[in-house]
Amino acid sequence: MNFPDDLKYTREHEWCRLKGNRAVIGITDHAQEALGDIVYVELPDVGDPVKKGESFGVVESTKAVSELFSPVTGKVVEVNDPLSDAPETINEDPYEEGWMIQVEVANPAELAELLDAAGYQKFIEDEQE
Amino acid sequence: MAQRTPLFEAHVRAAARIVEFAGWDMPVQYSGILEEHAAVRERAGLFDVSHMGEVVFRGPKALAALQSLFTNDLSKCADGQAQYGCLCKEDGGIVDDVVVYRRGAEDLLVCVNAGNRAKDFDWLHGRAFGADVQNESDAWAQLALQGPLGSQILQKLTSTRLSSVGTYRFTDGEVAGVRCIVARTGYTGEDGFELFCPPDAATKLWDAILDAGASEGIRPCGLGARDSLRLEMAYRLYGSDMDETTTPLEAGLAWVVKLDKGDFVGREALRRQKEAGLSRKLVGFTLSEPGIARHGYPVLQDGKPVGTVTSGTKSPSLGIPVGLAYVPAALAAEGSAFHVEIRGRAVAARVVKTPFYSKKK
Repeated sequence: MNFPDDLKYTREHEWCRLKGNRAVIGITDHAQEALGDIVYVELPDVGDPVKKGESFGVVESTKAVSELFSPVTGKVVEVNDPLSDAPETINEDPYEEGWMIQVEVANPAELAELLDAAGYQKFIEDEQE
Repeated sequence: MAQRTPLFEAHVRAAARIVEFAGWDMPVQYSGILEEHAAVRERAGLFDVSHMGEVVFRGPKALAALQSLFTNDLSKCADGQAQYGCLCKEDGGIVDDVVVYRRGAEDLLVCVNAGNRAKDFDWLHGRAFGADVQNESDAWAQLALQGPLGSQILQKLTSTRLSSVGTYRFTDGEVAGVRCIVARTGYTGEDGFELFCPPDAATKLWDAILDAGASEGIRPCGLGARDSLRLEMAYRLYGSDMDETTTPLEAGLAWVVKLDKGDFVGREALRRQKEAGLSRKLVGFTLSEPGIARHGYPVLQDGKPVGTVTSGTKSPSLGIPVGLAYVPAALAAEGSAFHVEIRGRAVAARVVKTPFYSKKK
């Protein structure tokens, strides 16, 4: 399983890549693997506010619904619209083509509270025990 | 702790994802639900369904005793034939939906749902006057080989002429050296077989079928694909689409309720319900907007809850959202429109004909 070093991670299995004051957000390789085939995704609209730790959408696999939790607080500035017709992209390429939203970050200091790649990897190993 | 089938180790070896279902540790998927689903529709898939239970009626009163507890008519079922139907309570509520394999008038095997093994045995045993009723659930493993190439694969392993075993017929046979009941039954809508065998031979049979089907592209399949396959056919799932508070008439199973066959438990209640007319019916629906309706979501009419979704998914074969729901009888006709509440949002839905999926010819 793959956890790129340049990303930050949540304990709810989202990742976040900071580009200037923009955070690109998606779900981790571990999350897509655990969910199985993703068949539906519901994302916010551009302009919607998101809040750290709060739900910003859902992904659904054949079997189950899972909420998505924002790693940061801010305003949605871009949404990966092609995912609505091709949600399997999230399974195939969770860190690049499978990104979900981009958020203009209100307080970049929030990112310091997220896990780094090593910390996230340890977190999921502990979770599996 | 959850129970395990004789194939549990084989599933773990094959890196299946294990989940608990109805008190059993079962594989939910191997390679992935969509791939397994497609394998069954296009080629063949093999399922471990050993969690299903078997209750056997024997003796001179076996047929009469089971007839008095079963909604369908076993006098119309020949020896070597299987028949689907319900066990009902006095009030018509469904104790379970089962398949009866009539080996003879004095030997009938009832295949029951995993979660109802103990309940059904107690129910049947307590009411089967004069028949010898045994819970043989632990004496049988069960494999389901399903898909258009299933017959071709199985024929490599048996001298039984499978072309002479018709749909919903069965025979005793030997498959890969294992004595089995070879039944042309299933829960996927595809041609296929269910094999009942001794538990200690289950792994041998499982491995032999996967080997024999390798050239046809057979896949081991989990409960995830089993659920999406059955839902595309609008086959009901006990515990989700029906239970003791719903009757077979409400569940759309009038075709297995034979009110004129003679007395059986629940007949009077069902007759009365039929005469009075149904207040709610289980229907198949699709959503007119993107989304997935799930078990328990409210059905809305004019913004008010009037029913409940009992099963729903995005059909892997059709690519559209499908589901089953109890709705008021006035909304049950094909084309009727209602809404399903999904996370607080009312999503447009309409009643469609079932099965959702039609087998390729």
